[in-house]
Amino acid sequence: MSATGIGPDRNSPGQHASRLCGKAFGAVMNVPEVPMRWAQSRLSGGRLGWLFVAPNLAVFALFSFLPVVIDIWFAVTGGSELLPQDRPYVGANNFSDLLTCGNYTDPNSCVRDLFWYGVWNTLEFVVIQVALMLGFSLLTAVVLNRKIVGRGFFRAVFFYPVLLSPVVVALIWKWILQRNGVANAAMEGLGAKPVEWLLNGTWAFSWTVFVSIWAHMGFYTLILLAGLQAIPADIYEAASMDAAPPWRVFRRLTLPLLMPSLIVVFVLGLIRAVQIFDEVYVLTGGGPGTATVYLVQYIYTTGFAQSVRQYGLASAASLLLAGVLLVLTLIQLRGMRSGERG
Amino acid sequence: MSRLLSLAGLLLASVPAFAATPALAADIRIACYSDGNECPATKTLAERFTQQNPDIKISIDEMPYKAILESLPVQLAAGNGPDIARITLPGPILKYLADMRSNLKDAAAYEANFGPQLAWLRNGKEDHGIYGLPTQTTVSAPIVNKTLFDQANVPIPAAGATWDDWVVALDKVAKATKTPNAFAIDRSGHRFAGPLISYGAKFFDANGTPAVVDDGFKAMASRYVGWAKDGSADKDVWVASGGGYRDAFEEFKNAKIVMYFSGSWQVHRLETQVGDGFEWLIASEPCGPASCSGMPGGAAFVTFKGSKSPKESARFLEWLGSDKIYAEYMAMTSNLPASAGVQKMGVTYHLTPAGNEAMKAFTADITKLSPVAYQLQGFPYSSSLLNPIADRLSQVMAGQLTLDQAYDRITSDVKDSMAAIKP
Repeated sequence: MSATGIGPDRNSPGQHASRLCGKAFGAVMNVPEVPMRWAQSRLSGGRLGWLFVAPNLAVFALFSFLPVVIDIWFAVTGGSELLPQDRPYVGANNFSDLLTCGNYTDPNSCVRDLFWYGVWNTLEFVVIQVALMLGFSLLTAVVLNRKIVGRGFFRAVFFYPVLLSPVVVALIWKWILQRNGVANAAMEGLGAKPVEWLLNGTWAFSWTVFVSIWAHMGFYTLILLAGLQAIPADIYEAASMDAAPPWRVFRRLTLPLLMPSLIVVFVLGLIRAVQIFDEVYVLTGGGPGTATVYLVQYIYTTGFAQSVRQYGLASAASLLLAGVLLVLTLIQLRGMRSGERG
Repeated sequence: MSRLLSLAGLLLASVPAFAATPALAADIRIACYSDGNECPATKTLAERFTQQNPDIKISIDEMPYKAILESLPVQLAAGNGPDIARITLPGPILKYLADMRSNLKDAAAYEANFGPQLAWLRNGKEDHGIYGLPTQTTVSAPIVNKTLFDQANVPIPAAGATWDDWVVALDKVAKATKTPNAFAIDRSGHRFAGPLISYGAKFFDANGTPAVVDDGFKAMASRYVGWAKDGSADKDVWVASGGGYRDAFEEFKNAKIVMYFSGSWQVHRLETQVGDGFEWLIASEPCGPASCSGMPGGAAFVTFKGSKSPKESARFLEWLGSDKIYAEYMAMTSNLPASAGVQKMGVTYHLTPAGNEAMKAFTADITKLSPVAYQLQGFPYSSSLLNPIADRLSQVMAGQLTLDQAYDRITSDVKDSMAAIKP
């Protein structure tokens, strides 16, 4: 208290110390002022902004832009040498090798048949997986948005697989689905014949779709759930006063208002599906035969897992994949912007 | 100024003191994979070596075989490789191998001891370098579940029996004992090369140029695909994975197959994991019209040009390769010796009677292998010839290629690999 007893004593040791700390803090915070004033005087117009973003740009250049440049160099060079200077220039040979086919729908007629197996498998996977993922995520989000018993528990259950590492997810399912796995043991226990879950091409492909949906659905459900909860409740109240049937409410109100979230989920899911690799590589290794070889696995195998590494082919394939992903990202950005405007 | 002079004087005076201290220990880093217990055994012996040579420190990084195949070439290209690594396929890393001759005490004796297998690490006949220490000789051969044969009351095919005879006998046993499959071969072109050679595959033309697909190759490949399709051979081992190596030891250990075509490096696992679960033995090599051949092979510790301790690395490997230590190493790892001296001296294995019989059978098999098998093993890029075989025949088994398409693909894959090696 002060000597008058009204406010704090300005001369107490505590106040003195806090004033000193304040001054010290101010002095430290003012340190950048001198160089900043100097920079302001020298860098006119918008040039000062470049100074601020320079560290970020340097990091971006080093870890994002430079690898792309190196990737392009590898794509136009051949041989099996790793060091860029040791690689002979081959121009567009790697691209033409990848893209030469007698009939594009028959991988066996292509110079690089495994690349085309990867392309077609990936395309099939993307169409089926994204459609199912979107449908199941939407259904789950709508159900979890209702006032049901144990809603918090079910939300946690659906989100839990997202927390697992893809390798762990794949190992769990491999343990279940392999020839002597849990699923077949259960079937034999029930007197049924074991099924070649991962030995039959159709089954193996279906399981890669299922496992991928199981592992990632929780994340997309969460986005859609947030979108659903952002829809104002009074709109539904108005619809209920008009005695609108539930399906019509869903189709005419919920879906249009959820569209921005749906677009985000669709494009994120699409990009993730095109990049599918880790879970499938551990679960099936691309087998049986090439039934579950996807594009990223082709790139990895060609570049890193063969006795003779064909870095040029792998880089060319990765650039083609990057082109596809770039288009998808632009669609996502456009969708998000139109969502913001809407 | 006087203070500066005093400091300089102090530094000069300290030079003899530093010179008198023992040299700093040289570090040797070994990248090691195990078929059985090779890495722990190497570590035990390395500890003994470092006790005798306190100026050398050895650290062993044990890693999966896949890491040796996939990561080691990249590490070496980036100049960040180990000093020594245990490898089976020198081709992809041939140019990084360091010639140890100048660092060996007695290079001639070393050459005399390990000669034939040292040639497998060389880049052609003109190359006379010594690049490492062979850690074993291996040979592929049939490992048979004798208990199942006894239960089925079927005699084990005798020496001279063809693969066709074998499969007939194995099918009988599998049917009688309700074993899911008659046999399995590791998913490995190297393993399958033995049967291919037995049926007349030559792998090289008259000029020594790789020519994998010929009539002998087709004779065995079509048989094997047929056996996989009718369930005699365990298709899962080859088809389930999209690529790479996969062994069938688990299937044999769990009595899911009657015969397992693998090799001598499995003895340690057979001893420790099958134990007295059932009786097993090594049978004679199945035959074809051309020969009764498996494939020779072996791993080696090799040294690298980028090593900062080339002398110490050579010193360690020369010590490890000395007859007494090498014999102990073979006994510890249950491997067949690659050293002529130790082969003469003999190895006292600490194995069960079945294990000892197996070692005798494998040793006998080595002498009967086809010269084609040795020529193939000695080709530094043999993996470029062998890997497409497993991959493409797996596609045939999965119904994605016809045999003729697979032959064309194997031919083009080999051509492609060879072109990439020498652009």
